[in-house]
This record gives sequence, structure tokens and C-alpha cells, in this order.
Amino acid sequence: MDRVNRQILTILESDACAPAGRIATMLGIEVADAEARIARLEQDRVIVSRRALINWEKTDDELVWALIEVRVSPQRDVGFDAIANRIARFPETRAVYLVSGTYDLAVQVVGHSLKEVASFVSEKLAPLAEVQGTTTHFLLKRYKDDGVLLSELGEPERLPVTP
Amino acid sequence: MSVPKRRLSERVEAIAPSGIRRFFDLIATMDGVISLGVGEPDFTTPWHIREAAIYSLERGHTMYTSNHGLLELRQLLSRHIERLYGVHYDPTTELMVTNGVSQGLDVVARSLLDPGDEVIVPDPGYVAYAPCVTLSGGIVKPVPTSSDRGFSVEAADIEAAVTPRTKALLLGYPNNPTGAVLSRAQMLAIADAAERHDLLVISDEIYDRLVYDGEHVCVPSLPGMRERTVLLGGFSKAYAMTGWRVGFVAAPAELLAGIVKIHQYTALCASNPSQRAAIEALRAGEGDVQAMVEEYDRRRRVMVKGLRDCGLPTFEPKGAFYAFPSVAPTGMDDVEFAEKLLMEEKVAAVPGSAFGACGHGHLRCCYATSLDKIEEAVDRIGRFVARHAAVASARGGA
Repeated sequence: MDRVNRQILTILESDACAPAGRIATMLGIEVADAEARIARLEQDRVIVSRRALINWEKTDDELVWALIEVRVSPQRDVGFDAIANRIARFPETRAVYLVSGTYDLAVQVVGHSLKEVASFVSEKLAPLAEVQGTTTHFLLKRYKDDGVLLSELGEPERLPVTP
Repeated sequence: MSVPKRRLSERVEAIAPSGIRRFFDLIATMDGVISLGVGEPDFTTPWHIREAAIYSLERGHTMYTSNHGLLELRQLLSRHIERLYGVHYDPTTELMVTNGVSQGLDVVARSLLDPGDEVIVPDPGYVAYAPCVTLSGGIVKPVPTSSDRGFSVEAADIEAAVTPRTKALLLGYPNNPTGAVLSRAQMLAIADAAERHDLLVISDEIYDRLVYDGEHVCVPSLPGMRERTVLLGGFSKAYAMTGWRVGFVAAPAELLAGIVKIHQYTALCASNPSQRAAIEALRAGEGDVQAMVEEYDRRRRVMVKGLRDCGLPTFEPKGAFYAFPSVAPTGMDDVEFAEKLLMEEKVAAVPGSAFGACGHGHLRCCYATSLDKIEEAVDRIGRFVARHAAVASARGGA
């Protein structure tokens, strides 16, 4: 990937709202060029979507998150893809990854209660023919998400004027 | 009754009080100020560097180090300088770790200068240059630079300032406050002049890694210059480590031996945990430097375009993290501009005259702050300039 595109992605990754005009100034390119590059990156689904990172723990909503280790048997011709996509289509799943190690799919699930998550696992996920077994880890506290620290220790002190 | 004895030394009394102190004190009392007045990165030190210092404390590395600094750090520094600039310093006899460049500059000036020795210093320049020379008994000979020549100092101007008492040339490029960087050709011409007049060069290269357009030319890497140059560098700007106070002096063994003499009695050594952190910075901090430089470069473009859109002529800075716009279109001098800007729009920036006579009429604006703040500050400056330029032109027309 060229240097300019990589920089555009870095900027948008930390600020999804950065307007093309500002990005153009930051990189020393024409606004039209920045717009065209962003459009192309969106078209190619390199930029998949632009969204906010929300700390739901600070809201009144009681959400229950879980990380589920799933062991599956791969299928002829399609390997893990068919079962992974099938699991990913459930709206309860937030993320589905194929991983190396002692299990195959790492699945992040969110629900409104412990019961809701548990029943998703026992009634939807576990009964799938290819699924050999699951281990559910409920998420207790979130320290960092998507590269952003969620703890609030405050900004370090900085003198307003220094030589 | 006899006349009371003078309490402070004549040396101290001779240092002019800072004209902008009052202005700084004012900022501390105000809320909602956006400050472009800092001279340090807004990034905190990368975590792996902080973590290395924490680990060093856990291990109990709390004692003095050698006067020269930890040998491991000097070895890494030696390789680092050689890799970047192709000039070699022996880690055992030619490198010394200091409490930042500020302290390095102080011991270097005291080691090299005799009373009455003249030191040529480009104007404007970093605020500590003149006092450090003066405190060592030296005499500052400012050489003017200006925006129409990119704030670069010309060899011919340096030569014009040379007298039989000229001992050294003190350079600080990339430059604080202007952001100017000297090209290889300009540096070669200056090196040539230094050789012809047998001048020492004290080269403060604290901003060496923060160059956005072109290359940083390391003075001792130029032909014939290693033997007459004292190189000052540090970790503050490149690795966002200002508060750690760790820098270095690199010089030929004969000079460094003299410099260490003063350092050992006045500073003893640089802080041990800070030196451990610096080791980690050199070992694994290159990626951080690159990422921060890229970010500064983007902010630089936003700041310069913003200031120019405000109607302030702004020389394009090629290094460090300062823009140095002229405030001439408003008809105000830099101190008046800075004070009114602070009172009316709550934006703090440092009047250029704090950095020397040639800084008059300019404002030092640091872009090592978040983009949102830069954009907001530039909006406020734009409003301010529009209001005052109108007044200035009405006055001019009347």
C-alpha cells in the first residue's frame, strides 16, 4: 500500500470523523485526491465502516459480554469458513475469529443478561452439528478496547508555557 | 551604618530578567486557555520506556552511575549516532550523559570559554544560549537571521562577526523558535568558515529527529568538523522524554576530558532511572520516533496553513515543532499581540522577541498539541487578526 493511503487509514482509525479537507492539509495533498482515495478505500472495503467506540459500562444498560472458545470440525471443501460464517450471522455475536491453539473459533457474544448469553450458547451455538464443544468466559471488566485505554487516570500535568 | 553587602552575585545581576515572565504568570491564572506556548511533546513517554524505568527501580538501580553515564547507554549512543550520521564516538572517552541538553550546554560553555571569549550565536535562538555563554564569562555575538532567508544563518554573516577573540560558534538546528533547518550546502559553507577561522562549533542537535522536509545534517559528520565540534543531543524531543532530563555530550576525547571535569563536580551524573529509560529508548524506540514524527508533520501542515489563512505570513518550518508567523499585518509588536491574543481569545503563544532581537514581530506557536486544539487556536487567532487588521487599516487610512 502506498504511504499516503496508509497515513489516511491511520488518521481515520483514530478519528473516524476526520473530514477529507483536514486530511488533505495534514498530508499535503489536494482535497480531491484525498476524497478519491477515501472513496476507493471504502469501495474496496479496506475502510469497512466508521463508528464510535463506546464504553457501555458507563451507561445504565446492563450488558453481559462473553468470550467463547469453540471447537469445531472443519468441513470438506469449505474448511472452517462455512461454520464460522454461520456463527457470525447470529446477531448475538460481536466478533468471530479463527485462531490457532487448543480451540478453533474465538467468539465474542453480547446479551442483556447472563441467561440470554447462556441460552444462546446452549440453544444456538452448541447444538450446531459441527460444534464439538464450547467454553464460555464471562467478561468482568474492560481495561482497553480496540487500542484505546478505558481507565480514567486523567491527563498528566503539563506546564502551559515552557521554553 | 555601612552599605549592605550585595546578596546576589554581579554575574546573576547581569542576566536580564525575563521580559515575558509576567505574561507566563498571567496564563497560570486563566481558565480555558489553549496553549501553543509549550516547548515539549504532548505525547507521554512511550509505555515500554516508562516500563523499563519502573523495572530498573524494582531491580534496585538507584545508585550513582559513572560520571560519564552508564557504559551500556554510551555504547548504544555511539552506535546510534554512527548509524544515523556515520560519525563515530568512542563510548569510553568521547561520550558523556547529561541531565538534558540544558545542563550539557552549561558544562560545555564553562569548559570551553575564558572571560572575554566571543561566541557567535544566530538570532533568534533558544533562550538559554545567551545566559549560558554569559555565565561562563563569554560574550555573545548575535548574527541576525530573517524570514525572507528562511531563518538560516549564512556563512558570510558568521565571518563578518569573527574577531580575534571569537572562540566558538553556537548552532541550534533544527531551530527553536523558527523551525529552520540548514541544508548540507549551507552547513558545508559554515564548516568551511569555522575551519578558516579556527572556531569551535557547539552544535545543539536536540531536534535532530524532527525534520520533515529534507535531511538533518549532523555537524560533526561534515569533513574536518568532528575534531572541532562539541555535539549536544538528547532524548526529550524525539522520544517525548522532557521530564526525564537525559541528554548527552559527544566530543573529541581531549575536549570531553575537560568537560567531564566540571560535570563530575557540578552534576555528578545523570539520574540513574532516566539513563535506564534512555537505554530502552535506543534499543526499541525507533518505531515510536517515526510515528510521532509523522504525527507532528501532519499537525505542522494544519498549523502553517491555518496561520497563513489568518493572514499571518508564515515561513514554512522544516524541523522541530514550531511555526513562527509574523504578526506585522496587525500593526502590533509581538509582545502586544501575544498579550492581547491571550486576554481576548485565550490563546497563549510566546512572543518571538523572547528568543532574540530578530524574533521581534513574530510569535512562536508550538504544534506539539492535539489537532482539535490547533484548529480551535487557529480559528481564534483568525478572529483576532481580522478584528485588529481592520483597526490597523482604518488607522492607516485616516
